[in-house]
Amino acid sequence: MTGAPPAGAVPATAWTEATLERIERQTARVKSFFVRAPLRAHAAGQHVDVRLTAPDGYQAQRSYSIASAPGDPLELAIEELPEGEVSSYFHEVAQPGDTFDIRGPIGGHFVWRASDGGPLLLVGGGSGVAPLMAIVRERLRTAPGVPTLLVYSARTWDEVIFRDELLRADAADADFGLVLATTRGPAQRAGDLARRLDAGLVAGVLSRWGQAPRHAFVCGADAFVETVATALVQTGMAAAGVRTERYGGPSR
Amino acid sequence: MATRGFTGKRPADTDARRLPPGQYRTEDFPVLSMGPTPRVDLARWTFTLHDGPRPLASFTWAQFESLPRTSWRRDIHCVTKWSKFDTEWEGVTIDDLLAAAGVTPPTDYLLAQSFDDYDTNVPVADLVEGRAMIATRYAGAPLAAEHGGPARLLVPHLYFWKSAKWVRGLRFTKKDEGGFWELRGYHMYGDPWREQRYTDDP
Repeated sequence: MTGAPPAGAVPATAWTEATLERIERQTARVKSFFVRAPLRAHAAGQHVDVRLTAPDGYQAQRSYSIASAPGDPLELAIEELPEGEVSSYFHEVAQPGDTFDIRGPIGGHFVWRASDGGPLLLVGGGSGVAPLMAIVRERLRTAPGVPTLLVYSARTWDEVIFRDELLRADAADADFGLVLATTRGPAQRAGDLARRLDAGLVAGVLSRWGQAPRHAFVCGADAFVETVATALVQTGMAAAGVRTERYGGPSR
Repeated sequence: MATRGFTGKRPADTDARRLPPGQYRTEDFPVLSMGPTPRVDLARWTFTLHDGPRPLASFTWAQFESLPRTSWRRDIHCVTKWSKFDTEWEGVTIDDLLAAAGVTPPTDYLLAQSFDDYDTNVPVADLVEGRAMIATRYAGAPLAAEHGGPARLLVPHLYFWKSAKWVRGLRFTKKDEGGFWELRGYHMYGDPWREQRYTDDP
């Protein structure tokens, strides 16, 4: 267990106004939204709550993980979901200059700081890579020597969010490894997988990495997180070292 | 202030009345937990009431299963903003549990404690008089491990993180002590109708 919350973990949670500064397409279904808001500095792994208000006062809220490193402009990587109320607004309506309500940063558990060290295992499924990206970026900036492996499952090569940045990090940083698992498309690189992650694959990937992770962060859909977290415990990892963040069902 | 171009997808009026502020309805049963799902062996399962460090009463699984059972249909509300209507639970109310144990609550607060070292605080008044149960069945079947089985606390009128999964006991405390999420930015009480999500929410 993690004991007392790290300093700064308690969020300042008053609603405040956010301004959308820039939109960047990541994949066919994911865009990054860069936001300016007077929030406290976040820690890698935390999220914000977003609230939209209709002219008659009706409001809708969602939580979005922060993909940017602490100190960088706030980046929310939002997947457009079928029938998504808030995600569809961001994808189809929002333009730079638009404003909405935001509060956070929130969350004191799914958080990595340089002082936590490693070896560090990150496992993400789909848009669940967003908070892991904040950790990847924070590690690169503050603790580049920490052995880190990102195992990232996406449907296809073209649906790998942050692909170019991750490939660059993989090429440039001997202490950072990247394994891509594509569930509906072929593997593109040596060491990548063209299958859905299961217990055997997780064990195999860890074995090839050759490190015993001290911290694991697993984020994605319920079933994905359940499979991976269970597999990690089966490999002998202490359950307390495995932190999970689950995205609910498709109705978000 | 209104968000330019946002009209929203309003729930039907019948749903809207049952949705606390900031919640949306889901038909799924999403999972929120801090780590891996613990697998709890029924042969070694016990449920213990403590007054601080002092054990007051303890039940094995067989003893627990012989207690009076109650069925509820309730709406549940997760702080991550989903709500699910008409969930069907079966278990032992805290009233029946305390009566079977012969325990009168020695304090006004307690921490529900789980097998994965999770804990969460709930005032005793929110657990008694038919407001909470230890649930062991969901939708007519044994409660799945992913959803907290073999047994979880069910306090449907508070945000669902208060309904501790994989519960192994209740520990009465002299004062209101924060549990796992309450020490990590979440509200000490967690009433969805007052939208008490985070520490500083009124």
